[in-house]
Amino acid sequence: MSRRSLPFLKSLIQTRSVTYMPRPGDGSPRAVTLIPGDGIGPLVTNAVEQVMEAMHAPIYFEKYEVHGDMKRVPQQVLDSIRKNKVCLKGGLKTPVGGGVSSLNVQLRKELDLYAALVNCFNLPGLPTRHQNVDIVVIRENTEGEYSGLEHEVVPGVVESLKVITKFCSERIAKYAFEYAYLNYRKKVTAVHKANIMKLADGLFLESCREVATKYPSIKYNEIIVDNCCMQLVSKPEQFDVMVTPNLYGNLVSNTAAGIAGGTGVMPGAGNVGNEKVVEQKKANPVALLLSSAMMLRHLQFPSFADRLETAVKRVISEEKYRTKDLGGGCTTQQIVDAVIANLD
Amino acid sequence: MATQLLRRVLGSRSRQILSTTNPNPNLALPIARAFSSDITPITATLFPGDGIGPEIAESVKQVFRTAEVPVEWEEHYVGTEIDPRTQSFLTWESLESVRRNKVGLKGPMATPIGKGHRSLNLTLRKELNLYANVRPCYSLPGYKTRYDDVNLITIRENTEGEYSGLEHQVVRGVVESLKIITRQASLRVAEYAFHYAKTHGRERVSAIHKANIMQKTDGLFLKCCREVAEKYPEITYEEVVIDNCCMMLVKNPAAFDVLVMPNLYGDIISDLCAGLIGGLGLTPSCNIGEGGIALAEAVHGSAPDIAGKNLANPTALLLSSVTMLRHLELHDKADRIQNAILSTIAEGKYRTADLGGSSTTSDFTKAICDHL
Repeated sequence: MSRRSLPFLKSLIQTRSVTYMPRPGDGSPRAVTLIPGDGIGPLVTNAVEQVMEAMHAPIYFEKYEVHGDMKRVPQQVLDSIRKNKVCLKGGLKTPVGGGVSSLNVQLRKELDLYAALVNCFNLPGLPTRHQNVDIVVIRENTEGEYSGLEHEVVPGVVESLKVITKFCSERIAKYAFEYAYLNYRKKVTAVHKANIMKLADGLFLESCREVATKYPSIKYNEIIVDNCCMQLVSKPEQFDVMVTPNLYGNLVSNTAAGIAGGTGVMPGAGNVGNEKVVEQKKANPVALLLSSAMMLRHLQFPSFADRLETAVKRVISEEKYRTKDLGGGCTTQQIVDAVIANLD
Repeated sequence: MATQLLRRVLGSRSRQILSTTNPNPNLALPIARAFSSDITPITATLFPGDGIGPEIAESVKQVFRTAEVPVEWEEHYVGTEIDPRTQSFLTWESLESVRRNKVGLKGPMATPIGKGHRSLNLTLRKELNLYANVRPCYSLPGYKTRYDDVNLITIRENTEGEYSGLEHQVVRGVVESLKIITRQASLRVAEYAFHYAKTHGRERVSAIHKANIMQKTDGLFLKCCREVAEKYPEITYEEVVIDNCCMMLVKNPAAFDVLVMPNLYGDIISDLCAGLIGGLGLTPSCNIGEGGIALAEAVHGSAPDIAGKNLANPTALLLSSVTMLRHLELHDKADRIQNAILSTIAEGKYRTADLGGSSTTSDFTKAICDHL
């Protein structure tokens, strides 16, 4: 087909637009590491596997068993992730107060996963108290308050170090602005508490400001974290992309997920779920399904991602199949079947 | 026997001291009530603050006068230069006055971002050893927000934790900030939380933490809470991880009753709860210090853009003064003023700009006085 005839043919045929210009060999199946995890993890990752098969998506999973009470993440799992570059993970339960350092934190440190992205948006058909929510929270994931550097000074006095470095702050700021730029987002908000923690959060803000000057088309502003939470609860439509250090990001992303429908539904945010939900096999797989759509986009398979997201959104808007956290009573398997049925 | 002697010697002051420092309030209450006909005015320190502070402090004074509350105000202002004894703009005399009176009301004070000296609020906290910040959050009938069934109290540890202010630059581009948790401070705030829950008839206390990541620091906080919980078997105690708590608060705030937490989480959660009920302009707050000191404050900012224009909303400072009255055991006056405020807002005729109306501060205050 010559170049000149393509627009002519397009106007004749009026078919779907081409979203992906493949290079030869792009369609061969890609390996993805899969870690089912604990609690509701195996249930929801199974859901994802089923849906991927039904879609004939060009990915295959390499499954590894990792549980929250292991001392370390096994070396072969890390090697596999480094080779495949993509991994889908169910929740890993961290024992509260115990001596074992969290496996999630270990994974982040070993693989230097520095950005955690949570996209919170209103799903049509899922009524929440807030409308017009479309927030992306980009959270620095390696340092800050969760460095894990604690020690007991004298009996009864414990210190924990919060470390902020210019390198990590710059990295996350660059990622946030790049994301905003590539996704045509208009505003980036930095969340901080620099009126109290002047040096630490001051350094974070400085890095954000420096990066902001390189993207003059994107609006940048700063907000103190307590005010931010209050605004999220009353006027969430004012936020677009938010970049935060570790702890604030944890809180803000969970709050944002909550106002948009809950962590059972929002991709990126997540928890392990409680015992009762596991036993009754009623966990909500929507969050992991939407996260796997994000993964497909990362792997450069946008049409598969679109199909998956459309199917999930259609199931939610129909309001027939809902798990307990959304007010219904379906099991995970029923939702999966509904999603597969809705794939066209 | 000892309390009887104490009471005769100290007169009216004993009522305050007994009621605030006695850990067994059931003992103090009947004794205190017998002396409630005492009309010696209680002296309280008043910090009008900056911006809209003086206007709303005037509102409070007016309402108190109309309700005939036996409180005499001792006013103190923030200085214009740094007092070397306190390392901030607050003078030594102001702090001594609060220590003497044991009770105070504070308007909004501005804190500059990123500058050198210590924040004013932080100074007050450190010098007066205000260890607990109590913020009752309840939905105001008549002011509709997206959440109608909020009825919770947040009790936040106010002295240590992440806000110790101990930061330093290790090398260029690397900054460390220390978060300190001590057994003593955690026990203190847990004791106050359970004591408050008991005296106000609350059934459940939830400790908020992130002990799965910060195992030693938040682990110590939780251990202290558990110890205190054992002494109050009639109150249900639970522990909630902070991110889970944020999500549950936003989806279903009726699930919580009393929340107790360390400094940073407390700051964020208490402001989040304030957002649930309509913002900082409506939220009362009270700081409790060692030795029975209670400093009620309005937690909103000083709003310099509307200062002096008679547009400010005095509700927060008024509700805080009600909390102060409850602390002083003047329950009947406190109830009268609270009902007057709630009915004025519920009526909807006189509302300031931030609540969607167009009344001035003085109109709103007059409406409340009329309702008394």
